[in-house]
Amino acid sequence: MNNNIITLHYDIDGTNFTIAGQASSNIKKVLKQLGVDPAIIRRTAISMYEGEINTVIHGKGGVADIYISPDQIRIVFTDHGPGIADIEKAMQEGFSTASAEARELGFGAGMGLPNMKKYADALNIESTPGEGTTVELIINIHS
Amino acid sequence: MVITADKVKQYYHSVTLDREKCKGCINCIKRCPTEAIRVRDGKAKIIKERCIDCGECIRVCPHHAKSAVTETLDDIFAYRYKIALPAPTLYGQFNHLTDINYVLTGLKYLGFDDIYEVAKATEAITAYTKKLLAEGKLKRPVINSACPTVTRLITVRFPSLIPHILPLISPMEAAAIAARKEAAQKTNYKPEEIGVFFISPCAAKATEIRNPIGLSSSPLNGVISIKEVYLKLLPILGKLEHIEPLSTCAFAGVNWAQSGGEIAALANDNYVAVDGIHHVVRLLEEIEDDETLDVDFIEALACTGGCVGGPLTVENTFVAKSKIKKLADELKKSGQKTAPVALSDEELRWEVPITYRNVMNLDEDLLIAMQKLENMQALARNLPQLDCGSCGAPSCKALAEDIVRGFAGETDCIYKLREKVRDLAKQMVELEEQMPGSFKQDERER
Ligand SMILES: Nc1ncnc2c1ncn2[C@@H]1O[C@H](COP(=O)(O)OP(=O)(O)OP(=O)(O)O)[C@@H](O)[C@H]1O
Ligand code: SF4
Ligand SMILES: [Mg+2]
Repeated sequence: MNNNIITLHYDIDGTNFTIAGQASSNIKKVLKQLGVDPAIIRRTAISMYEGEINTVIHGKGGVADIYISPDQIRIVFTDHGPGIADIEKAMQEGFSTASAEARELGFGAGMGLPNMKKYADALNIESTPGEGTTVELIINIHS
Repeated sequence: MVITADKVKQYYHSVTLDREKCKGCINCIKRCPTEAIRVRDGKAKIIKERCIDCGECIRVCPHHAKSAVTETLDDIFAYRYKIALPAPTLYGQFNHLTDINYVLTGLKYLGFDDIYEVAKATEAITAYTKKLLAEGKLKRPVINSACPTVTRLITVRFPSLIPHILPLISPMEAAAIAARKEAAQKTNYKPEEIGVFFISPCAAKATEIRNPIGLSSSPLNGVISIKEVYLKLLPILGKLEHIEPLSTCAFAGVNWAQSGGEIAALANDNYVAVDGIHHVVRLLEEIEDDETLDVDFIEALACTGGCVGGPLTVENTFVAKSKIKKLADELKKSGQKTAPVALSDEELRWEVPITYRNVMNLDEDLLIAMQKLENMQALARNLPQLDCGSCGAPSCKALAEDIVRGFAGETDCIYKLREKVRDLAKQMVELEEQMPGSFKQDERER
């Protein structure tokens, strides 16, 4: 364990909707094993799940890197998908560019990013259209 | 066996193992939804902190080594006034049964003085649940509290969902409270002279009475398995002379025996009904992740098909389901209504809130837990990922966890053991080659 940080890495398959959510499921189990407060686990689960789904359906797949320290849980999603042209707009409730296929599966309400903002203590997005997107979520363990 | 409130034990379980019959196979460790079983020294061992009494191991054990400890019909005679609380599931166990009163009269022949149908109490719960849902103060989606296995599963594996559980006692307990009240009015017996017994499809309910959820002590005195009652009822049912009109429940309550029954009674169409413990686990995972799940009520039952699939039943689950449906349809046609249930809303509410017991954490201290987690992951990466179960743990990951918890060693993995033996053999050959000269001399002379 380097500097009291646990690092975990997951590949997120961009072609398979049905296994989306596996990384967040694993993280939930890890946080329970660490004895983290259930309310914090729930906030992590909800925001991470939204991030994972976005990486699948918008980012066309990518990776999730998770860093757990005694103070915070930091989750970084990286993809090389289409990127986000207007981040401010993407953050608005109800804004969505989800495909018809994704909508069929119940995604595309435009609530993912707003929920991530609501449940995480910090949300940082960096994106270059045509190159990809990095989304960082931070959840404090001691609030 | 008489249970008193002060004997309530936090980790009491009705599910137990017969060591003689256990062959140490891996069927149960693989199916346990909370990874609560290990095979140690050739026998299964239940980790009591994790067991939720779902009865899954009772079902899968090919050697019938797992069973649920319950009271027996003999135990009712310790009380002067004996009340049977039949679960509606009981009605679905018999062939060609058209009138529930046969079964209820039969129970009286077995020694009970009075009957209180659990199906009746479900109506009070439904009425109050409707009120609470309409008030809209409960955390959505509301998860039912009728199945103690699901409630315990949540406290062990999904603590963040505790605030979603409907804060009401189960129909069994509601029926017991109402039955006690009624008996106190009808008779002059003191409370301790009245014995209230649930006729149960369910192993978890047998745990409930010693360690109740939401109550400081159980209003019941015992749980008797449907299996036992069935065997005793079967020979007498055909011979009953006078059938008493004892049944006073309506179709809605009978329907609670099967998955979808509670929901149907609520008449809410924004719901999910899920049955079978592994399906329940998957749905709870999803609720934990997805804030946007637009559902008002979740009826989650641990057994496949609902209580008709309970581990203490006799009839095939799907056959029992069809029988329950027929009986309920019959009652609906006849228009039989439930006699008033003497329970206030207040009595239906939990007295004591459910608390979270963290049984999954690796250590109380976060830093130590982190260190153990890191070690565990390193160990897991080194194991063959076959999840074969030969080590006695349900998966390679679980073995890694057991190792860092100090309950197992790496060579419990037979593949690791084989590697070690091979290394040792190699070392022996190498040593052999380095034999001192005096020995080699001997060899040549022979
Ligand atoms: N990783 C990403 N790559 C490219 N675009 C993204 C990415 N994440 C989000 N977006 C853009 O931001 C929009 C809003 O995202 P948000 O998660 O809020 O809603 P949604 O995914 O469309 O619907 P919902 O999350 O409610 O199912 C998306 O429709 C998409 O245009
Ligand atoms: S479904 Fe019914 S029988 Fe099965 S565990 Fe739950 S309450 Fe008991
Ligand atoms: Mg989204």
